[in-house]
Amino acid sequence: MSRRFSPQSIALTLAAPLVAAVFGLGISSIALMITHNSPLETFRAMWDYGTQVGSLIEMVNLGAVYYIAALAVALTFKAGLFNIGVESQIRLGALFAAWIGAMFTLPPVLHVFVILVVASLVGAMWAFLPALLKVKRGVSEVISTIMLNSIGSALSAYLLADHFQQLVAGSNNVTTKPLPQSAWVPDLMSWLNRVGIKDVPGGGPYGLVFLAVALGFLYSFIVNRTRFGFDLRASGASPTAASVSGVNPKRMIILAMMLSGAFAGLAMMPVMLGESHAYTLGFRGGVGFTGIAIALLGRNNAVGIAFSSLLFGFLEVSARILELNGIATEIYIIMQGAILLSAVAAYEVVRRYRETLNARALARAGVTA
Amino acid sequence: MRLSKRVLTAAIAVTTVALAAPAAMAPANAKTTVKVGLAFDIGGRGDKSFNDSAYAGLVKAQKLLKVVTKTVSATAGGAATEREDKLRLLAQAGYNPIIAVGFLYADSVKKVATEFPKTRFAIIDDASIALPNVSSLVFAEEQGSYLAGVAAAKASKSGKIGYIGGVRIPLLQKFEAGFVAGVKATRKSATVDVKYVSEPPDFTGFADPAKAKVIAKGMTDAGADVIYSAAGGSGKGNFENATEASAAGKPVWTIGVDSDQYLTASAAEKKHMLTSMVKHVDVAVFDMISAFVKGKKVADNLGVGAGITGRRYNLKNNGVGLATSGGYLKKLKIAAAVNAAAAKIKTGVIKVPTVPAA
Repeated sequence: MSRRFSPQSIALTLAAPLVAAVFGLGISSIALMITHNSPLETFRAMWDYGTQVGSLIEMVNLGAVYYIAALAVALTFKAGLFNIGVESQIRLGALFAAWIGAMFTLPPVLHVFVILVVASLVGAMWAFLPALLKVKRGVSEVISTIMLNSIGSALSAYLLADHFQQLVAGSNNVTTKPLPQSAWVPDLMSWLNRVGIKDVPGGGPYGLVFLAVALGFLYSFIVNRTRFGFDLRASGASPTAASVSGVNPKRMIILAMMLSGAFAGLAMMPVMLGESHAYTLGFRGGVGFTGIAIALLGRNNAVGIAFSSLLFGFLEVSARILELNGIATEIYIIMQGAILLSAVAAYEVVRRYRETLNARALARAGVTA
Repeated sequence: MRLSKRVLTAAIAVTTVALAAPAAMAPANAKTTVKVGLAFDIGGRGDKSFNDSAYAGLVKAQKLLKVVTKTVSATAGGAATEREDKLRLLAQAGYNPIIAVGFLYADSVKKVATEFPKTRFAIIDDASIALPNVSSLVFAEEQGSYLAGVAAAKASKSGKIGYIGGVRIPLLQKFEAGFVAGVKATRKSATVDVKYVSEPPDFTGFADPAKAKVIAKGMTDAGADVIYSAAGGSGKGNFENATEASAAGKPVWTIGVDSDQYLTASAAEKKHMLTSMVKHVDVAVFDMISAFVKGKKVADNLGVGAGITGRRYNLKNNGVGLATSGGYLKKLKIAAAVNAAAAKIKTGVIKVPTVPAA
């Protein structure tokens, strides 16, 4: 285990994301040049805007949401499953949390806690369906979760339009009843004020950024420090070996999927309790899919996913300045895609290089022995 | 943050050396001309319908009023804060007035307009913001759609009529309600097949011509011979279906929406385009800019709540209506019925519903 922290090993660990980022930027540069824009100017504009205080706060806020979604995906990756349904687990979790949370008022902290539990439970229940289908009928969770995304989206549309909605005079939006103030989580601007950072127009980091951090620790703890996490990884690495050693594969599938759904349900809570205070037609879609990309980029590691989430957040925020310079914002999507693809390739190259090194070391050890 | 920053710095350093290219960015405009910012929602320009109509108004202002313009748009799947950030960036860069196209901008406009009280804002399709520097520009889509219903009922031989909405949201149900009321008032026995391309939160229904075409084909197969598509860019599918169905011996009329879609249709599609329900977003955008240039504001009391001002565009002020390009309304001798209905709506004899009958 001591090799894990050798300089060479650290260099190798950093090499892959570094190479990926350089490649990603290279590919985006080509895209920019094809559209007759200067990559240099574009990146500088993005860097200048992206490193302003307000943008960094926004990066953290976007990152927190992506982080939770990516953890949810990573949990199933660890178990050798693929939960593509995070998208609809997020949506239904948020919708029910908004609906139920607006029904009553409770003391502030308790109210928030109840809403989080609701979001989490609904997410877990929606993830239970594909798990059950897989265990009972052998339906691939990849297919069933994709389909449940469509069903979940239609279900949320129906529930919002026909049961949960409250119309606001003059508005064409459709929204659930706004959450009472006891369910609002204040932002952390006052904390930043204390360390000398002045107020910025967009507001501070969401209070529930801490929820994301806590879930990161929880994820790491469950996966690496518990019996359950060990079984989870074992079934992921080799289902046959795991079941021979006494792990019930069906139980693992159900638990892994439900836990993933429970994480997923919480993903939009920082936004909902910190900013929108309701579920509306403008509820953001696609977070679950971004989460898949981030989990891949972060290699299912809590710290890796954190960096990846912030990187995605940074690219997204910093690209918002580009339209004022006449460049399409969507360039950031090319960057994210290029970085992800390069990362997957780079990880593989580094993995093979590592194997070669190991083989050589073994051979040397054999010779000297 | 440390890693991503390091990665980025390193990568930027590498690429900047390798790919330094001449700057292609426009210098900031230092003159004191009026700078107009226009923010599109998802989809943006190129739908030949709603958004392009807003853009047409902007271009007209650019030409006639010599204003400088800048457009931004929300990316698909972007956060709500993206809309807010983009409005704020426009305001910070000195754009004034700033026009937000689409009701999803409401929260963002409210927030940013509070931050920049000296900047004039306008929002299309929303009348919920009670701020002195926000003009709400709304439309009586149901009135124009009612006339489209009258025209459809008159033009139809089979008595079977189709309505394709973009996304099932209250705004689009206003079109549906008016259209169905117009059809029924003109021809009691006629039926209207109502379909939406997508359900919220899926907003792709405004930009999915392939799916709209399948829906339109289903309608024509079932005998419909007039189809009204209130679906932004998806309307293209309706027009294509009409061309194909008519070639196969089932003549179908189409009715376009928002812009006068006859003007952007292909030659084949023009032959089947009865009319378009024009929603003059272009006029609203131009009015707004023109008032600003003259030092005035668009601030009629809209009667939906204290402090909510702007303008309601309806039949009376020619904010909505039917397009006459192609001349089919005259040729089919239905222009008279349409005009009669329009007169009755203007005088209030006909009250057009804004929500579909249950």
